[in-house]
Amino acid sequence: MRFAAALFLLALCLAAAVPLAAQPATAIPSPGPLPVPTAFVAKDRPGDGGKAVLLTWKDPAGLPPGVALEVRRAEPPAYEWTSLALVPAGTEEYVDATAKDDKVYRYELRAAATTDSSLAAVSPMAPDSTAGADTTAAGVATPAPGGPPIYGAAVVSEPVRSHDNWFRAERTNSFITTILFTALILGSIQFARMGKPLYIRRIAGLNAVDEAIGRATELGRKVLFIPGIASVSDIQTVASLAILGHVARASARYGTDLDCANRDPLTYVSARETVRSAYLAEGRPDLFREEMVNYVTYDQFAYTAAVSGRMVRERPAANFLIGHFFAESLIMAETGQSTGAIQIAGTADPSQLPFFVAACDYTLIGEELYAAGAYLSREPVLLGSIRGQDIGKALLLLFGLIGIVAATMGNDWFARVLHTQ
Amino acid sequence: MTYPIGKFLLIFCFGVLPIMGILLGLRGPAARRQGPIVLAFLAGVIPIISLFIPKLFLADSESGMSPRLDAYLIIVAGFALPLGIVNVIQNNSKRAMRREKGWFYAVVLLFGLFATAAVGLYGAISGEGIGFRPDGSSTPFKWIEDNAFRPLQATMFALLAFFMASAAFRAFRARNTEATILLVAGLIVMTGRVPLLELLASPFPALQPAAASASAWFGKLTEWIMNVPNSAAQSGIIIGAALGAAAMAIRVILGIERSYLGLEKGE
Repeated sequence: MRFAAALFLLALCLAAAVPLAAQPATAIPSPGPLPVPTAFVAKDRPGDGGKAVLLTWKDPAGLPPGVALEVRRAEPPAYEWTSLALVPAGTEEYVDATAKDDKVYRYELRAAATTDSSLAAVSPMAPDSTAGADTTAAGVATPAPGGPPIYGAAVVSEPVRSHDNWFRAERTNSFITTILFTALILGSIQFARMGKPLYIRRIAGLNAVDEAIGRATELGRKVLFIPGIASVSDIQTVASLAILGHVARASARYGTDLDCANRDPLTYVSARETVRSAYLAEGRPDLFREEMVNYVTYDQFAYTAAVSGRMVRERPAANFLIGHFFAESLIMAETGQSTGAIQIAGTADPSQLPFFVAACDYTLIGEELYAAGAYLSREPVLLGSIRGQDIGKALLLLFGLIGIVAATMGNDWFARVLHTQ
Repeated sequence: MTYPIGKFLLIFCFGVLPIMGILLGLRGPAARRQGPIVLAFLAGVIPIISLFIPKLFLADSESGMSPRLDAYLIIVAGFALPLGIVNVIQNNSKRAMRREKGWFYAVVLLFGLFATAAVGLYGAISGEGIGFRPDGSSTPFKWIEDNAFRPLQATMFALLAFFMASAAFRAFRARNTEATILLVAGLIVMTGRVPLLELLASPFPALQPAAASASAWFGKLTEWIMNVPNSAAQSGIIIGAALGAAAMAIRVILGIERSYLGLEKGE
């Protein structure tokens, strides 16, 4: 019995002696806890259309390199945390774009030490574990190479709910500009209504419209109108239809034949109504024929071939190429030029303007196209809006100059104010 | 449940309102003139509001009123296309029957239209496929597209090169100061963009370093012309056009500009 007790004691001593023998001479401090992020707030992302929650926080001081922050989400009351992302330190912001509107969430944030070197990219996290820890020089825990990550204490947000908002705050500058520009246009129209004299600069291309139609009348040939190849949802096409209205009225007045060839079916339907209304308004519905406004084809170059062929065979005396054009602009303008027709073109697309300038007699450049409807009508109210537009342009130039000077002097405040999203 | 609000508002604005107007007897010329203006106002204001108010019923990419309006445009275009095709058939039939000038082209057009439509419809109805048969071979519709339509399309596009040369010849004639500036700038840009000097100097090895150096200098000058004066002029045009488009949009939305409807003052 004594022998057995002595053996047990000996075994205990041996068991205790093994770890004591492995103990180094100087003790290493035990792994310190990972620091905790502060000021953690979760709120609905302001000024958006919903389906997003914005999380903000302050990174804790002394966060060692390689340590990121893990964002987790739970749906009360279950509190089953789902890992959303691993955010690199220094970001201090995360948008949960997977949130559903009107659903309550809570978010959790904690420091996470991983061996993953690709922390620049936000990535989903591995399952929770604290095994396999090592220590850094700073005495903060980091995982062993290839081992699972370790975590600090977590901070949990208040319950938050995503919803759509009533105003897009980042577009405040655009909103103010829209209101000011609208007020400027309406103010100028009111100014014109009061009968104040307005100076509107002469636009040669628009003054030539009646001249071109008159020439066609004298020669007994038709007027060809091409409203571009875009749909009526393009503002250039709307501007083109406004000019078509005037051309159709003049054609109705003089009894000149009009041919409006269309590529887009919606533009065709709109142009037909524009021309029909113009002939009706001039008291000459008898002169209107359905084939005056005709549909050709939806294909760009088939349309170009048809219109070019019509120019060569039927030799219209005046060609109007007004609207949104692409590669076909030069083909049509050069064909028209070769037939000797008087040509008036207009587009707001800078890449097509040189072709029209080279091949046509008159070209409406950019804003002149949009001013055409107002200019041709000679209505003071409409002309007032052109004046407002000019004032807007002058103000924009002024802002541009101030911005250039400010940026040259190293101040980017103006550029930031005018930056749109 | 924000989804139906936008849908119902759109149906009310663009369906119920016009139908109610017709039922209430608002069919006179004045109502017919005001109707499109009211619709233009609604169609113009909704996208502008949705730009600043991100409410789901207005701006949601799937169910919002503004994206839905764009989708409705496709439906309207779908209705407009048959009108266009009917117009093509009517006009060309008349031209062929009256033996008007160029009537033969009208016959060719109608033949092409009906033949292509017939083989396409046959492929769709028979289950053979429009472009390719189930075994991967081409259908007659595809044959017409590959052997007639595409070569003709390419021919028209290729004409652009010749028209560009004739337009450049006319534009670059030094008739006045502006045309002379254009000519000089055009020559510099062309010299800077193509290795013309190297080509000219290639038979003379002694001149090649000088040609390469001159070509590099022209390249830098070309970049300056494109990035500074050209870019500035283009920006000016774009800014002016954007303001013009905004002003025109305001006029159209508020019903001040009505000439696109063929109407003028007081009408």
